[in-house]
Amino acid sequence: MLKGKTAVITGASRGIGKEIALKFAQNGANVAIIYSGSKDEAEKTAQLASGYGVKAIAYCANCADFNRVKEVTKEIINDFSGVDILVNNAGITKDGLLLTMSEADFDAVVGVNLKGVFNFTKHLSRYIIKSAGGRIINISSVSGTNGNAGQANYSASKAGVIGFSKTVAKELAGRGVTVNVIAPGFIETDMTAKLPPSALEGAVSAIPLKRLGKTSDVADLALFLASGAASYITGECIRVDGGMCI
Amino acid sequence: MLEKIAKILREYKDDETLQISESTTFEELKLDSLDTAELIMNIEEELDVTIDLDEAIKTVGELIKVIEKSQ
Ligand SMILES: NC(=O)c1ccc[n+]([C@@H]2O[C@H](COP(=O)([O-])OP(=O)(O)OC[C@H]3O[C@@H](n4cnc5c(N)ncnc54)[C@H](OP(=O)(O)O)[C@@H]3O)[C@@H](O)[C@H]2O)c1
Repeated sequence: MLKGKTAVITGASRGIGKEIALKFAQNGANVAIIYSGSKDEAEKTAQLASGYGVKAIAYCANCADFNRVKEVTKEIINDFSGVDILVNNAGITKDGLLLTMSEADFDAVVGVNLKGVFNFTKHLSRYIIKSAGGRIINISSVSGTNGNAGQANYSASKAGVIGFSKTVAKELAGRGVTVNVIAPGFIETDMTAKLPPSALEGAVSAIPLKRLGKTSDVADLALFLASGAASYITGECIRVDGGMCI
Repeated sequence: MLEKIAKILREYKDDETLQISESTTFEELKLDSLDTAELIMNIEEELDVTIDLDEAIKTVGELIKVIEKSQ
């Protein structure tokens, strides 16, 4: 489905991003894997992706760092010569009630989750508009669409991603680039493993489909949005949450 | 400078015969705002300048003035 395309996936050393990188590679895309701390995991993802016969390279870049993202963009263009697909997936949580939330925790989460999306989209757009059928896919969260107690910083950043994506969808539509958002619910990754078991049980009982999501549930939608089959869909935000927000 | 800009414009439009003077407008060249933004990024890269896009630029002559100011 993505033969000959090049995709940049941020936060692809672990969790959802890793699954997306592998799914894209399996479908013929070359992949640039961005990580910030988990070098071994990122190299492993690159190695697994290469197993599908595509080019796969891991790059260390903190997505919140504007200048580093600019640099890594140049490195990626040198190595792959162009980019067709960007998946902004890197994200962090620093949960706490508003009354006790520190300024540092607010800034850190918005810096990675929202500014990180701006940084990669800004620096890569000029290459993506040269692609026939460029794609930008941003990973938000149901916390951004519906709010979630204890996540004022995270919800704000994830809702920001939705507004940002709609604007960029309008700006780049003239070049055939689509920009869409995926809003996952509870997906089994390191991020949700941090939650207490009681919170996870509570979550499952609130999900009509009665299970947590798998990383592949999100990656399957990312693959569809990245493919030619989704060329008439842009500015959309699609939940992958087992019906949690119905 | 005009020649350098003309060369970049010819490459951008993929048209070797393009006639460019200082009074040529971006509208005449059929460049929309996104094209102009992309073109300016190409110029920044090739001439190693940072172009301050505060003012609306309509003609090649105006663009040259802005570039000369930023050098
Ligand atoms: N899991 C869920 O239930 C869920 C629900 C809704 C939305 N989401 C969203 O889905 C995305 C992926 O989540 P996940 O559950 O897969 O998370 P995860 O397992 O914690 O993985 C996060 C990934 O992001 C990378 N990352 C973190 N900070 C970064 C930075 N500053 N610069 C570059 N990369 C950075 C990490 O790389 P390093 O380890 O190398 O730092 C890692 O690869 C996030 O945006 C998250 O908000 C997740």
